Amino acid sequence: MERHQENTIWYKLHIDLPLLLGILGLMCISLIVLYSAGGQDMDLMFRQIVRLGFGLATMIFMAQLSPNFYARWAMPVFLVGVALLVAVLLFGHVGKGAQRWINLGFFMFQPSEIMKLAMPLMVASYIGNKSLPPSLKHTFVACAIILTPTLLIAKQPDLGTSLLVAASGIFALFLAGVNWKLIGVAVAGASAFAPVLWFFLMHNYQRQRVLTFLNPESDPLGSGYHIIQSKIAIGSGGIFGKGWMQGTQSQLDFLPERHTDFIFAVFSEEFGLVGIALLLSLYIFIICRGLFIASQGQSAFSRLTAGALTLTFFVYVFVNIGMVSGLLPVVGVPLPLISYGGTSMVTLLAGFGILMSVHTHKRLLAN
Amino acid sequence: MNQSNIAMRDHSAESALFVRRVVVSIVFVLALISVLFLNLYYLQVESFQVYKTRSNDNRINVLPVAPNRGLIYDRNGVLLAENRPIFSLEITIEKIDDLDKTVTELAELLGLDQDDIDNFYKQKKRQRRFKPVALVNRLTTEQAALFSVNQHKYHGVNIEAYLKRYYPHGDTLTHTLGYVGKINDKDVIRLEKEGKTATYAATRDIGKQGVERYYEEMLHGVPGYQEVEVNNRGKIIRVLKFVPPEPGKDIYLNIDLAMQRKAQKLLDGRRGSVVMIDAKDGGVLAMVSSPSYDPNLFVHGISSKNYNELLHSFSRPLINRATQGRYPPASTIKMQMSLLGLNEGTITPQTKIWDPGSWQIPNTSKRFRDWKRWGHGWVDVYHAIEQSCDTFFYDLIYQVGIDKTSAFMKQFGFGDYTGIDIAEETTAVMPSRGWKRARFNQPWYQGDTISIGIGQGYWTATPIQLAQATANLARRGEVIVPRLLKSIRTGNGSFEVPPDRKAPIVLNNESYWQVALDGMYGVVNKKTGTARKAFADTEYKAAGKSGTAQVVNMKEDEVYDADKLAEHHRDNAMFVAYAPFENPEVVTSVVVENAGGGSSHAAPVARAMFDAYFAGKKAADEAKLFNLPLVAPQSIDNANLLAPTEAGAQ
Repeated sequence: MERHQENTIWYKLHIDLPLLLGILGLMCISLIVLYSAGGQDMDLMFRQIVRLGFGLATMIFMAQLSPNFYARWAMPVFLVGVALLVAVLLFGHVGKGAQRWINLGFFMFQPSEIMKLAMPLMVASYIGNKSLPPSLKHTFVACAIILTPTLLIAKQPDLGTSLLVAASGIFALFLAGVNWKLIGVAVAGASAFAPVLWFFLMHNYQRQRVLTFLNPESDPLGSGYHIIQSKIAIGSGGIFGKGWMQGTQSQLDFLPERHTDFIFAVFSEEFGLVGIALLLSLYIFIICRGLFIASQGQSAFSRLTAGALTLTFFVYVFVNIGMVSGLLPVVGVPLPLISYGGTSMVTLLAGFGILMSVHTHKRLLAN
Repeated sequence: MNQSNIAMRDHSAESALFVRRVVVSIVFVLALISVLFLNLYYLQVESFQVYKTRSNDNRINVLPVAPNRGLIYDRNGVLLAENRPIFSLEITIEKIDDLDKTVTELAELLGLDQDDIDNFYKQKKRQRRFKPVALVNRLTTEQAALFSVNQHKYHGVNIEAYLKRYYPHGDTLTHTLGYVGKINDKDVIRLEKEGKTATYAATRDIGKQGVERYYEEMLHGVPGYQEVEVNNRGKIIRVLKFVPPEPGKDIYLNIDLAMQRKAQKLLDGRRGSVVMIDAKDGGVLAMVSSPSYDPNLFVHGISSKNYNELLHSFSRPLINRATQGRYPPASTIKMQMSLLGLNEGTITPQTKIWDPGSWQIPNTSKRFRDWKRWGHGWVDVYHAIEQSCDTFFYDLIYQVGIDKTSAFMKQFGFGDYTGIDIAEETTAVMPSRGWKRARFNQPWYQGDTISIGIGQGYWTATPIQLAQATANLARRGEVIVPRLLKSIRTGNGSFEVPPDRKAPIVLNNESYWQVALDGMYGVVNKKTGTARKAFADTEYKAAGKSGTAQVVNMKEDEVYDADKLAEHHRDNAMFVAYAPFENPEVVTSVVVENAGGGSSHAAPVARAMFDAYFAGKKAADEAKLFNLPLVAPQSIDNANLLAPTEAGAQ
């Protein structure tokens, strides 16, 4: 079937139509929910539309570059990214209590966003160069590659992004076929490391978030407020929801951060379990399409990059919905392609651009 | 990319390994999404009711809505207490940055004095948080306009509209209607005890005195509520449901405003009381306590200066003299004393005694004087009442004794609450051995008994008690209960409140009633009667009895000379009367403090009241006859009030 597609206009444009349609579907949902969550603020809508357009353009642009190009540039970009992360810690701009930004004068810039793409590319290029499954030595080197930016980002502190960056690297390693025993050892090691993390590495506010997650009702008007109101919004939506723009939790301001991290609660309140089923189906479709593209990849690098990016996309979905519905502690991870916000949206779409690149540059390689 | 490196690798194996890992990943992804979905299912389906309730709790506030207070009318439908919209200037303290500055500026803008400002700070201390405090209770139109122009400068200061009680007839009905005032700490405690806090959630004022207090529950009504949708800052977005309050019931009093006004005019600011009740059902047509004050002062919170003035005034306007004034009944009870003697058999209608001008307890030297120093000579019971012979009754009570007297008089209502429907009432004192023991821890002496015979000594009565006792007499033993409430307005008509009655007074011989009533008739109609001048040429036949109560005890030989006594030591003028004689319709009791003789100072008031009553009745009958609108009689001449006085009768 794929071969038949090779001559289509989409293939020539280096665009994967099913993926594009899935993404456009999510974008439509985003605009619909945002119109309601933002209180019919047309400025907000306009900014989001501009971002989506810019994101789509970025995606199409990224799709034009071949996987070889990405493999060549993986290392330099990764190194620049690490350097910028160090720079952020040293001279970065403090915003919202964390040092995440570099002020380029005309533009506030988050180096950790680069890392979301640089990480899977770097790990994939490093591991993909060797024969697979990777040897113990290469696995450890890969782990070091993963850990360096992860810790730098966690130090900012930006737990959500460091999680996503680490996940993208780990997924590449996993897909490369790391020994299951080794995975078992790593999981056991991480569990053992958890108390150290808790007592020595976590910030107070992060610990508070975890505690709040474990028992939000302990401080219903303070730290537990977000999660309680979010669960009320979701739960009161019921099977069919309260209807578009009828969500009382969101329309009457009970739900905080309702157009950004907690937009899923607005969606759930207004469209109910039926809407959720549709949304999750769309996500599953995109993930499956991504993994399919990955499995069709011609080189190990392509496969690993595509697979890692797709699974990272899934982590976004899982962590965001998990935290909004009370399954996970609150970490700042947006609902991919739905939440209002520019940077992560563009990064995500750039990732999909790489996926499309993997899927549409095969003939060049085959030749 | 290094071609030789790729050539060495087993691409199909690597690819297969990758696909296996992808399959594992897909399983993993689907498993985790299932977990998410199950959790969402749990939230939205299993726990739907819980979260729906919590969501509604968030957004829905229930606000109580105060009912409009019921109106009060007189028996002819004249409005006595109404609700008027007023505008108050209220400050929400929590919204103001610099309160003192704001208050100072507003005071200057609106021309407030220091009293208003002090009052505001006083109230502020008592107010709950986030509840506005009134700076000005009643804005004038100019003040409201001035503030409105400058409103933008004062965030957190608002004009609020309320319905406030207003008493259009001012001090005419103060003691009867009472007034409403702001619910205070004491009221809150009482409401909590009665479990009515919720009923008053939106109400600001509560009946404090008189009818307003007694019929509070009826007048207040049932609050409604509105369910409003609020946002997270408590701002009302929209009203979801409105259950209107059930307004308080409108009530009609037995009071006849024209009679009430007449009585007030007759007293003309003198200390005293006039009560007129319907002899048949006890309906209170007029009940005046003088001097009075404007109840509207209390509705808006009286200033401490005004309050202190009222509180410390020599004439004690705050007291309802009609129900709380304790006066020696003096000779006004001589009919009842006669009945007692007849009933006990110590006298007969034919019994005559010799009155030399004084009376002595046998075998003692203590002399009790008659008001007529030279004595009445031979007197029977009729003459004794007509001329108010004291000696006759000294002898009578000497023979009956205090125990029987006390028990008999209690049947007429002395020493007990009349049952009038206001809370401000005293029982006054019908003395007895037990009472004196409890009050003074002293035994009862025979000397105590004798002055009781002429309504003096320890005996005190309220004007409403005197009216009641006289009505019971006029109705020959039927015991009526004075009542202010006439009827309650219902949806399409009104519910007439049935009169209250107590157990009747039964005498050994029914004919005794006629003896006492004939004596009373003589007082105003016979040429020897003490009040004949006051009741000369009436168009109706009345019966009455004067009383002149000594306020200070006088020595045996002392001559009463009003001019030589300080005003507050002068005698109280009393008069009780009913009319018409054959078929009693109305009873009146009049007390004018320190005015002097009852016949000369109280009887003319009673006469004028009757004149007004019968003139009004005639006008009403004529109006009915010619189907004309009813006009209150205003042209009753006051000539009798100015009639030359006769000698003090006692």
